[in-house]
Amino acid sequence: MLQRTSRARLADAVSPWFVLIGFNLFCVWAATGYVMGQTQSKEYAEPEWYADLWLVLVWVTYFVVYIRTLARRAEPHIYVANWYYMAFILVVAMLHIVNNLALPVTWGSGESFTIWSGVQDAMIQWWYGHNAVAFFLTAGFLGMLYYFLPVRAQRPIWSYRLSILSFWGIVFFYMWAGSHHLHYTALPYWVQTLGMTFSVMLLVPSWASAGNAIATLNGAWHKVRDDAVLRFMFVAAVFYGLSTFEGSFLAIRPVNSLSHYTDWTVGHVHSGTLGWVAMIVFGAIYSMVPKLWGRNDMAWPKAVEWHFWLAIAGTLIYVVSLWNAGITQGLMWRAYDEGGALSYSFIESVEAMLPYYAARTLGGGLFLAGALLCALNCRATMRAAGNRVDEADRPLATQPAE
Amino acid sequence: MSTDPKKLPGADPHTGNREIDPVTGYDTTGHDWGGIKELNTPFPKVALVALALTVAYSVIAWVLLPAWPLGRDYTRGILGLDQQEVAEERLRDLATLRADWLGRFEDPDFTALSNDPELMGLAMPAADRLYQDNCSACHGRAGGGGPGYPVLHDTYWLWGGAPDDIAVTLQVGINAAHPDTRWAQMPAFDWMEDGQLSALSGYVAAMPSDEADPDSEAATLFTENCVACHGEGGAGGLMNGAPSLVDDTVIYGQDEESVMVSLRNGRQGVMPYWSERMSDAEINALSLYVSRLPDDGAVDRTETPQASEGSAAEATQ
Ligand code: HEC
Ligand code: HEC
Ligand code: HEM
Ligand code: HEM
Repeated sequence: MLQRTSRARLADAVSPWFVLIGFNLFCVWAATGYVMGQTQSKEYAEPEWYADLWLVLVWVTYFVVYIRTLARRAEPHIYVANWYYMAFILVVAMLHIVNNLALPVTWGSGESFTIWSGVQDAMIQWWYGHNAVAFFLTAGFLGMLYYFLPVRAQRPIWSYRLSILSFWGIVFFYMWAGSHHLHYTALPYWVQTLGMTFSVMLLVPSWASAGNAIATLNGAWHKVRDDAVLRFMFVAAVFYGLSTFEGSFLAIRPVNSLSHYTDWTVGHVHSGTLGWVAMIVFGAIYSMVPKLWGRNDMAWPKAVEWHFWLAIAGTLIYVVSLWNAGITQGLMWRAYDEGGALSYSFIESVEAMLPYYAARTLGGGLFLAGALLCALNCRATMRAAGNRVDEADRPLATQPAE
Repeated sequence: MSTDPKKLPGADPHTGNREIDPVTGYDTTGHDWGGIKELNTPFPKVALVALALTVAYSVIAWVLLPAWPLGRDYTRGILGLDQQEVAEERLRDLATLRADWLGRFEDPDFTALSNDPELMGLAMPAADRLYQDNCSACHGRAGGGGPGYPVLHDTYWLWGGAPDDIAVTLQVGINAAHPDTRWAQMPAFDWMEDGQLSALSGYVAAMPSDEADPDSEAATLFTENCVACHGEGGAGGLMNGAPSLVDDTVIYGQDEESVMVSLRNGRQGVMPYWSERMSDAEINALSLYVSRLPDDGAVDRTETPQASEGSAAEATQ
């Protein structure tokens, strides 16, 4: 995408491979840390210092390749998608480094102590955690949305100005919002109020992005109806709007007092990750795979349609059952009887989860079945590669004669 | 080649625009990103209104609540809320509600309390939740016990089943860290010979069904070594923590193999003490609840009859 929208080749031949292999190596290291108990007990930042340092190296290389490629661009401006990518790479590096500042016990040991302590540590952790959501699970994927949606719909982006507002709004407001993960904790009240209010303001740029994407489809609605790939992207934008609305709502303190620690949070997570992140990824995969393997379409176009409905049904069942589960838990935990004693024991709230968890298993199963179908479809497409050249392909920027 | 859109062929020399989108009627910005274009749509008003609304919400929140840091202090907000105080106040309110009935358990006459149906209607459901939250993980949802954990709904007790006895067990625990804890140690008989051990195991395993031979060598061994704690004929009832070996409830198991393990290694189950985690009144209410657990294991739980029936059946298995 960067190469297409900048009309420039990647800046280096070796370092992209280093980033690809290095990142996967990091994932292996991180996973072995989980299995063998070598972790530093920070959510979403579990890997220990040795893996963290490696990731810094990989990520900085990634940033350098990215910036060098961007600097070579033959277009006068930088496309919005590329702004999002840049924010994604830069901010993730910053978050990762700050949250993982730690001193190893000895150089020969996998264990370490974080340099932050007490409530500062908690705040840094959730500043990291929330912006990981924002920049790892949102900014990069917004970049994908801004590329694949207009390409697939063959429509111009609805509003250039709105995309600029959303970008800066998202980047600015997200930075303040982390404390909504620490409502009613030892974190001072004033920090919680700031987190809450900035989370509410964050809704505007988030919806602006979602709205901009949906308005871009004006004039292409017949394609949304006929093309499952475009429908994936449309649904992703809708779920993005839904989950950010839900997020801003959950960030309001009294609401959070009901939802916190319950499966409502997990429902919110998966309306974001399944409904938004995964859907836009599926849309991108179905756009890229035929292109890369020189075909007009996937090998099994019907399977794409099936996948779409499986994914939608799975996500809805999963999320709706967890909303119910979470709200039930929250209400049961806070209920007192007229004598001032708890109305339910904890185990009763666990037993009440049975129907919701059964539904959730079904939803997850449907979703997973769709993803398997996608994988098989990709494999079939790759094995039936053609040699079609995309009309939209253009030569790279003509170099001045030397 | 120039990259300035204003100099591209067909471009408006001022804005660089080249085309009007037929669907929306807006012109494009003139950018072209590998085929992607952007419309020059004016800023939608609704976005500005929404932004204004959320900012207004935030400003109101900042005025009412603690919000902005000021060096070593912060703006307190005109409501003057403090989350610690709010939380403590709510807890105090609940404690006042509870005081009405829980207070009567401070220094209880258990018989009188049990005869007050109104009080029981408040206290027993509350005690049930205390039991479920604190005890059921070991003793089962309905007091049915499990391997290593004694049954609480039967009529056989290690330390006594009257509410006062149970209250002491809860206060100090069994083999627990409390200084006055109840000690219950089944010593290891590892000094016995293998033949004696297996004879004894067989003997003890046959006791509940009354098939143990009273004239065997094992019977003598039993009288010499075991009766001091387990009572005449293994009947228990000494309230010293040693269970009866003739009834049909067991803690660890009374088949030959389990008895062999008990004899070789000894046993010393731990029941935690609760005096630091619960008030005396709560412990007393809970003791009354445990003493009233029906002997057949079916607990009368008015709140969720279906759920408790299913799990009670499971727990007693
Ligand atoms: C960690 C597991 C555990 C928990 C939790 C626990 N118990 Fe126990 N309890 C035991 C064990 C083990 C024994 C038997 C000790 C022994 O083997 O000597 C016991 C024994 C008892 C006895 C003595 C039984 C008798 O026959 O005299 C009573 C009464 C009792 N528990 C009640 C409770 C209550 C009420 C609670 C909840 C407040 C509770 N227990 C929580 C493990 C537990
Ligand atoms: C010092 C007192 C003492 C002596 C002597 C003693 N026991 Fe025990 N025994 C206990 C106690 C106390 C327990 C309960 C241990 C527990 O619950 O952790 C017990 C438990 C048992 C159990 C397990 C019961 C069950 O329900 O699982 C068996 C079997 C047993 N004793 C057999 C014997 C035999 C046979 C002898 C004689 C060789 C003997 N005990 C001697 C105190 C004694
Ligand atoms: C406006 C945007 C959003 C806001 C204001 C927001 C707000 C929140 C809030 C209040 C919580 C609950 C915190 C708690 O009670 O512990 C939460 C949890 C979470 N959200 Fe969001 N959210 C937003 C968007 C998203 C999106 C788009 C995703 C995913 C793609 C996402 C992923 C998560 C995750 C993973 C958690 C769980 C964190 C944990 O492990 O505790 N959020 N968010
Ligand atoms: C078939 C699809 C999926 C299933 C069945 C599934 C299932 C689960 C389950 C069972 C949990 C544990 C929740 C709990 O604590 O009760 C979980 C947590 C989580 N999942 Fe998924 N998941 C799926 C897809 C995804 C995807 C695609 C992402 C990310 C893009 C994701 C991100 C997360 C996150 C961030 C959490 C932690 C939430 C928290 O701590 O609150 N999941 N998931």
